[in-house]
Amino acid sequence: MKILVVTEQRQAKWNKASFETLAAAQQIAAETKGTLAAAVIGKGVAALADELAGKKLDEVLLVEHDLLDAYTADGFTQALAQVITSAKPDLVLFPHTYQVRDFAPQLAASLNRGMIGDCVGYRCENGRLVFVRQMFQGKTAADVTFQGAAPWFASFQSGAFRADLVAPHASGKASVSKPSVDLKPEQIRTRPLELFREAKQAVDLTQAPIIVAIGRGIKAPENIPLAEKLAKAIGGEIAASRPICDEGWLPMDRQIGSSGQTVAPKLYLALGISGAIQHVVGMKGSRTVVAVNKDQNAPIFEIADYAIVGDIFEIMPALTEQLEKAKSS
Amino acid sequence: MNIIVCIKQVPAKDAPLQIAGNWIREADIGFEMNEPDSFALEEALRLKEKHGGEVVALSMGPDRVKQTIKEALAKGADRGIHVADDKFFALDPLGSARALAAAIQKEKADLVLTGLQSDDHGFGQTGVLLAGLLNLPHATIIMQIDVQDGKMKLKRELEAGWFQWMECPLPAVLSIQSGINKVRYATLKGIMAAKKKEIAVISRDSLGASGKPTQLIERIYVPQKAKKTEFLTGTPKEAAAKLVEKLKFEARVL
Repeated sequence: MKILVVTEQRQAKWNKASFETLAAAQQIAAETKGTLAAAVIGKGVAALADELAGKKLDEVLLVEHDLLDAYTADGFTQALAQVITSAKPDLVLFPHTYQVRDFAPQLAASLNRGMIGDCVGYRCENGRLVFVRQMFQGKTAADVTFQGAAPWFASFQSGAFRADLVAPHASGKASVSKPSVDLKPEQIRTRPLELFREAKQAVDLTQAPIIVAIGRGIKAPENIPLAEKLAKAIGGEIAASRPICDEGWLPMDRQIGSSGQTVAPKLYLALGISGAIQHVVGMKGSRTVVAVNKDQNAPIFEIADYAIVGDIFEIMPALTEQLEKAKSS
Repeated sequence: MNIIVCIKQVPAKDAPLQIAGNWIREADIGFEMNEPDSFALEEALRLKEKHGGEVVALSMGPDRVKQTIKEALAKGADRGIHVADDKFFALDPLGSARALAAAIQKEKADLVLTGLQSDDHGFGQTGVLLAGLLNLPHATIIMQIDVQDGKMKLKRELEAGWFQWMECPLPAVLSIQSGINKVRYATLKGIMAAKKKEIAVISRDSLGASGKPTQLIERIYVPQKAKKTEFLTGTPKEAAAKLVEKLKFEARVL
């Protein structure tokens, strides 16, 4: 099987979900005894292609064009359709990012193919690939297979695979080729304008090793300092489920979940969070999950490694105290 | 400005799901408007209030989806289109989009809106696919729409707290981010007015928009619990002390 991973960068910075998908693709290539190529798309991104070439893969495709400098759905769809038509992969894999959601289904459809998006896993059954994705907001899983001829398109949910498992190249570097793409300005119908962050102290929670998240159980904004104290004691970032941010108690960029950020820290503390699936999809990839909730039937306990059934207003100060004690001892 | 809003009807949030092969048992459960689509509808109504024109609620599925179309009409949509298909649940994303695109093509829309994704299948592809099939520009995860001089300035949500402004000509297809607005409730007056509004019914077969499926859901099932949960007990102080121990020496994350 010939596999192509389409990586994602913005302003020459990786979207690290790219490497999770690369890890998945390396596994699939090994299981199907296939070949693996990875594409990087943009302008002035040769250094990223060089970095990719150090990974275990057969080829890097450096797809550059002036009109690919800033992302547009039209530019990326047309450029990648050309790359795929000439490289002829059987399987094209993407990280399931906001950008991929924006163009990849149309790219597949433009080649008269479908895309299985937002997969959380796969199985290789006698050479046949079965993709696993969630339905009913995570209440059920579904086995999905492609019908019809290759190329097949699929994307993997953030946190479904581990980026740190990407294998390096065995003997130096993979070759980098530069497929030419033909794009004209009039083919791009939308015009991207400035990028900006809304909050003053915008934080990238995806990079935080420890996250202390609060939910409806925090009850009132005046109680948030208790959680902030705990976050400080444990060396973590404060975050929240959607209702807290909708109320304006914490800025939107602190929100974890399907409409916020997707994180996979080494430690995630869920305080007074019931565990609605919209929240869980954003943090279930965390290495260790601690849940504190009054309701012993809260679904958050389903995915917790350590659980305390109790009042967060008692547990938070107690935990802060124990952490400070542990630090000083 | 004439706007078509694509609205899906999905099982109610609290509906007990009973799996039946590659779908669920539909008998005895309630259905409701897909919540992400309600934000798209609200945005359409606000654009109409500002710029005039009409809002058309388009929904595909069995007869029960008329109830969801009526809800949209009660909130202020002017008319409805029901693409009737009893086997809608079995369509793949491209199959659904082909049928919806064929229905939209019969209309003169300046703007087609969809929600972010559905709460049942959750494919999240309809808007993007519609744009391709209708040969229109598109944008997704939209948090603000300003219409000026026949084009739109859009605020698009990116990941990790980033946003981007972009310009998009009309006509176009937009997928709306949940939370873009506060959704209105239908008023009694609206509910009464909806009774006089038209719902056109078109069978999906008559649209001639079928194609071979590109993917197949073979089965659905309850996912296995992956983790073993250890409950820590005692007074708050004891439980907290145990937790710090565990995090330090067992999980080794501190």
